Amino acid sequence: MKRLQLVWASLGLLAVWQLLAMIVQRDILPVPLAVLGAFFSEVGGELGGHFLASLWRVIASLLLSIALAAPAGLVLGQSRRLNAFFSPLVYILYPIPKVVLVSIVMLFLGINDLSKIVMIFLILFFQILVLVRDQAAAIRPELIYSVRSLGAGRRGLFKYVYLPASLPAILTAVRQSIGTAVAVLYIVELIATTRGLGYYIYLYGTTLYDYPKMYAGVVAMSLLGLGLYFAADWLHRKLCPWQFQTSEDAA
Amino acid sequence: MIRAVGLTFHYSKRPPIFQNFDWTVAQGQTWAIIGASGCGKSTLLYLLAGLRQPDAGQLLINDQPIQGPRPQTGLILQDYGLLPWATLRQNVTLGLDLRRFYGPDGRHAPIDGLPGNPEQRVTHWLERLGIAGVANQYPGQVSGGQRQRAAIARTLVLEPDLLLMDEPFASLDAPTRENLQSLILQLHTERPLTTVLVTHTIEEAMTIGEKILVLANRTNTTPLILDNPYAGQIPAVQDEGYTKLTARMRAELKETTA
Repeated sequence: MKRLQLVWASLGLLAVWQLLAMIVQRDILPVPLAVLGAFFSEVGGELGGHFLASLWRVIASLLLSIALAAPAGLVLGQSRRLNAFFSPLVYILYPIPKVVLVSIVMLFLGINDLSKIVMIFLILFFQILVLVRDQAAAIRPELIYSVRSLGAGRRGLFKYVYLPASLPAILTAVRQSIGTAVAVLYIVELIATTRGLGYYIYLYGTTLYDYPKMYAGVVAMSLLGLGLYFAADWLHRKLCPWQFQTSEDAA
Repeated sequence: MIRAVGLTFHYSKRPPIFQNFDWTVAQGQTWAIIGASGCGKSTLLYLLAGLRQPDAGQLLINDQPIQGPRPQTGLILQDYGLLPWATLRQNVTLGLDLRRFYGPDGRHAPIDGLPGNPEQRVTHWLERLGIAGVANQYPGQVSGGQRQRAAIARTLVLEPDLLLMDEPFASLDAPTRENLQSLILQLHTERPLTTVLVTHTIEEAMTIGEKILVLANRTNTTPLILDNPYAGQIPAVQDEGYTKLTARMRAELKETTA
């Protein structure tokens, strides 16, 4: 995606928003300029604090899920026997919409950051697990034979083959599931908390009726999702350059 | 150099591929192993590479039983076995990286290590194999012939005393294949590296192997070995003797696959 194309797409969206606001002519849909004004005056204060609270929850869940799912995926991908044992379990658990577990997780873990982080973790964990497992299982035996013949044992294979092979899978999983993760973040922040963008949006939308501020919260939440998506994309390009090169580039 | 004594091997639920099989390869020889698919020619190579273990009998290299991949054995496979995320130079360096990673433990790397500067060795082999110009590209960006050259360079950087090749040129087009065949022959004249090449084409066996082991598509007990005076010639001279030899090989292969 070219940067210029993204700028044009953003401008187009703002234009549609502006047009809709002018047609609707009601407080519940302020014009973009009013919202951006509220966003920039709030972002250094209250809104910024809520943004950081949300950001911390997503980042913590991301790190936790990568730390647990990537090694588990690698082990399952390498061992046919373990995978045969666990794959029915993963098969059943993977498609369950984890968000229905919100109340249960909160009952068990309490109304704190941990339960919120665990909720998002549950979504990311399975995505990363499945993609890393399939990636590790797809490594051709010939590659393993060659690297073993060069002297690699288990540790060498892990460092020089399995780890680099699973990196793109991790980043793809993160990119694919970041939208769902932020959606669930919003939902868990509606419940029993006074920190986070979900709370902020809800407070200004349904209690204080300050619509520009509510929309500023929506913008902040969108930026959070977009920012993480772009970061994953950027890391993917940076850390896995071989996936973005073609023979034409070389010529 | 290589000695198989009473070698026996089978895959589960299948008749044995080798039963009480004896075979000897002398230092510096080039061997071609030929046979129809499924005859066990790749299996024999994997046994030599230490990637499989015999059911019974012994497989010795320099009178030592093979207990696992041996650091002085180079292995080259048909699908190159290059790391897709590493440039050709990084791929060629991989064996040296692994040796640094493990240290000279005698199991993953030879005790005595390698003389000279590793960077220079890598550069030397990249140049010798004519891939220095594409050294910073990824395997996905270069041709099949260049990938196989990188795989060969990666092996030769480690100064092996035994080179094992499993249909290394089978997926390359004819000019590239001939090119690489003559490269292997040239390298062999430069240093007497014991070489075992598995192939399914009679022409390749005739070009490379001064000795040709014909494997049957059933349990192999006594090896059928042909002496090939035409090895080392590209294109191989076609005379009466050549025709006779290839006809015999063809007949043997046909007979044992029937």
